[in-house]
Amino acid sequence: MDFSLVQRVFPFFVEAAWITIEISVLSLALGLVVAFLVAAAKMSRSLPLRAFGSAYVSLFRGTPCLIQLFVLYFGGPQIGINLEPFAAGVIGLGLNIGAYMAEAIRGAILSVDRGQTEAARSIGFSRFQTMRKVVLPQAARLMIRPLGVNAVALVKGSALVSTISVVELTYTAQRYIGSTYKPFEIFGVAAVLYMLIVYVVARIVDLIDRRYAIA
Amino acid sequence: MQGLDFSVVPPYAEILWMGVWWTVVLTVSAAAISFIFGVVFALVVLYAPKAVALPVRAFMWLFMGTPLLLQLFLIYYGLGQLGFKIPALVAGIIGLGLHFAVYNADILRAGIVAVDVGQAEGARSLGFGRFQTLRYFIVPQAVRNTIPAMGNNLIVLLKESSLVSIIGIAELVHAAQLAISETFRPFEFYITVAALYYILNLVLEAGLRRVEQNVEVSR
Repeated sequence: MDFSLVQRVFPFFVEAAWITIEISVLSLALGLVVAFLVAAAKMSRSLPLRAFGSAYVSLFRGTPCLIQLFVLYFGGPQIGINLEPFAAGVIGLGLNIGAYMAEAIRGAILSVDRGQTEAARSIGFSRFQTMRKVVLPQAARLMIRPLGVNAVALVKGSALVSTISVVELTYTAQRYIGSTYKPFEIFGVAAVLYMLIVYVVARIVDLIDRRYAIA
Repeated sequence: MQGLDFSVVPPYAEILWMGVWWTVVLTVSAAAISFIFGVVFALVVLYAPKAVALPVRAFMWLFMGTPLLLQLFLIYYGLGQLGFKIPALVAGIIGLGLHFAVYNADILRAGIVAVDVGQAEGARSLGFGRFQTLRYFIVPQAVRNTIPAMGNNLIVLLKESSLVSIIGIAELVHAAQLAISETFRPFEFYITVAALYYILNLVLEAGLRRVEQNVEVSR
C-alpha cells in the first residue's frame, strides 16, 4: 500500500465525490417526478395512458441503463438533442430510475387495502379525492423503504456517467488507476467515499422511515 | 442534425450477432460463477470459523457498497498488478460473477436460515453428518426457495454485462461501437442494441418463469 499516493490524490477524489452527490441528488429528484407521473399513467382509467406507462416501465427496465445513456448522449445530436455530459447524465439516470421507482410507488398504492377506497368512494369522495386524501397518505409510508433502496442503487449506478465523460468518482478513479498503476489504493479511496455516501443515504432513509412509522 | 436512417444497420448484422453471442456467453459464465460463489459465500458466512467468515463478510460488504464499474476496473487492473496476465474477457467474467455472487449469497443466506430447523434435526437424527445435512437437505431447499430472487439477479446481470464493454470486451455494446466508429450513426446502432437486449431480456424472463413453475417450493 502506497499511502503517500492516497494522501496526494485524496483532495481530487473529494471533489469528484461532490459531483457524484450532485448527480445522484438531481437525478433522484427527476426520477421521483417521472415515477409519480408514470405510476399515475399506469393506474389511470385511460387506455392510451396505461399503455404508455406500461411501455415506459418495460422499455426502461428491459434495456441496460448504459445503452440509455449512450442513446441520449451520443445519439441525441442526431435528433436535435445536444446535451452537456453532466445534463445527459442527470436526465439519463433520472429517466431510468424513474421507471424502477414508478413500480415501487405503484406497489405501495396497490397494497393499501381495497376497503379504504371502497369506503371513501361510498361516502361520496371522488376518485381523485380518494387517492389524494385516503390512499396516498397511507401508501406514502409504504413507499419509503422501496424508494430508499432505489436511491442507494442510484448512487452506485451513477458510476455509469463516467462513460460519457462526467468527471465523478469512478471517472476519477479510472483516470488515476491508468496513470499510477495502483488499482488497489485508488479503488480503496473511491470505495471509502462511495460507502460513505451510501451510508448517509441509508441513514436518511432510516430517519424518514422512523419519522413516519406507525406509532 | 442529420436524419435517421436505419438502413445503415443491416450490413453490420453479422458483427452484432457476434456481439449477442458474446453477451450470452459472458452472462451464462458469470451467472455460473455468481451461483457457485453465492452458495460458498453464504455457507462461509453462516458456518465457517470467524477467521474465514469475517474477511468474506468484509468482501461482501465492500462489493455491495461500491459500483460494479469500479469493481471491474479493480479486477481488470488489480489482477494484472498482482502478476496474473489474464485476458479482459476473463476479468469481465470474474468481475460480473463475483459482484452478483455477493448479492446471491445475501439471498441464499436468508434462504438457508429460513429452512425449517426440523429438516436439519431430522437429517441429523437419521445419522447424516453436518456436511451431508447441508449438502443434501438444507442447501437444495434453500436454493429452490430462492430461485425467484436469484432469477431477478440474473436479469440484472444480463443488463449489467453491458458494462464490461468499458474494459474492452467485444460483446454487444462493443460491437455497436465498432459499427459506429465506421458509420458515425450512434443513434441507430444504440437503439438496435437496446432492442436486442430487450429481446434477450424477454427470452430470459420467459425461461425463468418456466423454471419457477416447474420447481416445487418446499416450506
